[in-house]
Amino acid sequence: MTSSKEDSFLRGMIEMLPLSIGAAPFGLMVGAMAAGAGLGHLDILMMSGLVYAGASQFTALGMWEFPVPVMAIIGVTLMVNLRLVLMGAALAPHIGHLPIYCRWPFVLVFADETWAVALRRSSERPLTVPYVFGLVIPFYVNWLFWSVLGVAFGHLVKEPEVYGFDFVFIAVFISLVMGFCKTRRDVPPLLVSACVAFLAHKYLPGVWYIFLGGMAGVISGALLYQGKEKADA
Amino acid sequence: MLEPWVVITILGMAGVTAATRVVGYWAISKVQVSGRLAGALDAVPGAILTAIVTPAAFSAGPPEAIAALLTILLAWRFPTLIAAFGGVGCVVVLRYALN
Repeated sequence: MTSSKEDSFLRGMIEMLPLSIGAAPFGLMVGAMAAGAGLGHLDILMMSGLVYAGASQFTALGMWEFPVPVMAIIGVTLMVNLRLVLMGAALAPHIGHLPIYCRWPFVLVFADETWAVALRRSSERPLTVPYVFGLVIPFYVNWLFWSVLGVAFGHLVKEPEVYGFDFVFIAVFISLVMGFCKTRRDVPPLLVSACVAFLAHKYLPGVWYIFLGGMAGVISGALLYQGKEKADA
Repeated sequence: MLEPWVVITILGMAGVTAATRVVGYWAISKVQVSGRLAGALDAVPGAILTAIVTPAAFSAGPPEAIAALLTILLAWRFPTLIAAFGGVGCVVVLRYALN
């Protein structure tokens, strides 16, 4: 089945649409936190554009003060974003066929959302250049737009909980996880990851739970691996 | 605005974040992926998403936990959009009803 519609920019953009809408209030909140920390439009534009990792931006802005605790903020950013090492590794086999002008921009600005949707798609059909750009570019611009707008208007947003915006990414991620469960053998690593993340969240400070839960699931995946031939038999 | 230490901090954040994005990708694109390494990489998407979502879904309270379970059931049979819509609708209603 080769329909160009399936592989188009528009298709990628549409698949990201719920997540783009879900990201908007968080962008506004990041902007509001930046304003509260004494940063301006250009500062947050630069942070959202160059760092482009929402969770670490929240954490950094929560610690922001003057004089800026430079090393502490950079260190915490590294900790929050350690999961990206695993995510980039998982992405590699799926984008090797893409031309360099598409592959490297994707590697430099993949987010949890674009990464997950791309891998979900790649499990069914190969990724194409327009589709990947459709995932990445609107979602990137969306984050810049809302976080900069948040500097002036962020304080007007009520808690995103009121309209369930905060649950959009949870619900979408849950359905993506279900999509990655193709056979019964895919389930144990997920349960290990869930248990470790739950306990780490409960007993450890900060966001170690993401990296630790992810690592535990990945190690289980390696230990339980028996080769495709046996799995299919 | 654009005070030097602010710019330096943001550039530092950007540097370490770009490094995390590139390092794993670069290492894997240099090697032949097979055996247990393939098993490990196959497990990454589910493991990371599960680790992100589990505390958010099951440490927050009854509305989130119930809505998360409903989303799991919906995602079993229906496309992402329907499952997500059902889950978000459920959490809005339950938060209103239970709080």
